[in-house]
Amino acid sequence: MADRFAPGDRVRTRSVDVAGHTRLPGYARGAVGTVAEQAGRHPLADERARGRHTEPHPVYHVRFAAADLFGSGDHTVVVELWEDYLVEERG
Amino acid sequence: MSGAHASSTISAEVRHVESLLEARGLLEPGEIDTRIDEFAAKGSPANGARIVARAWTDPGFAERLLADANAAIRELGLSMAGGIQEQRLKVVANGVGADGTEEHHVVVCTLCSCYPIALLGPSPTWYKSEAYRSRVVRDPRGVLREFGLELPDSVAISVWDASAESRYMVLPRRPEGTDGLTEEQLAGLVTRKGLIGTAAV
Repeated sequence: MADRFAPGDRVRTRSVDVAGHTRLPGYARGAVGTVAEQAGRHPLADERARGRHTEPHPVYHVRFAAADLFGSGDHTVVVELWEDYLVEERG
Repeated sequence: MSGAHASSTISAEVRHVESLLEARGLLEPGEIDTRIDEFAAKGSPANGARIVARAWTDPGFAERLLADANAAIRELGLSMAGGIQEQRLKVVANGVGADGTEEHHVVVCTLCSCYPIALLGPSPTWYKSEAYRSRVVRDPRGVLREFGLELPDSVAISVWDASAESRYMVLPRRPEGTDGLTEEQLAGLVTRKGLIGTAAV
């Protein structure tokens, strides 16, 4: 499985509130950011927490403008996210 | 799991699992605490300070550190492989970036308390507090001010949330007027807060 995203790609995070463990922080759900860097491949924490076997999945550092997450702030927040949480953001 | 969580239900549950593993011969009695102690004993902010001092005095090392921190720290005999698996280390440098903007980085784990223990030792209590974890992502300038670090508006702040498998360390800016110092003396200037990003150095 090739990594779907590259640095500079615009991505949107999943907005659904999944039952159980996830590593997509609540403040970063349904938000649009930019892939800053690939962060290797790791078993998906959501699946491991459910006791399931999981192959390594691509992980990315994704940079968000604070204003897009919280409605204010001039800083950026870099969140480390599994590819499973991300879809391509067009336009 | 140590006895420090004695009051909680989860502590009793963990202790029960430990005793089952011990009864089946999969763990020696007390082995988990011993392993945690061994792991923590190797970790100290002095390790992070050595990395910073080397990066300040050796531009080639600094470049390698920012490109592939796991490989670079092995040059100093350090490693992120002390735990169950080698953790990815990402070092982020304060200072003037490629676009001419001055950047300041600060590290948090909003979901729990992920931290590069091998390089910084056990994390400070405030790092694990809900107040720090919830506020620094929303208002880093305000939180840093409370730490005594007043950054001008012209400095761009990046907050790094350790939400997956990487661990972050900040490479602070080398202070002015330190040209005459040895690498060891420079390492002595670096604080744990500087390595997390809640102090300048």
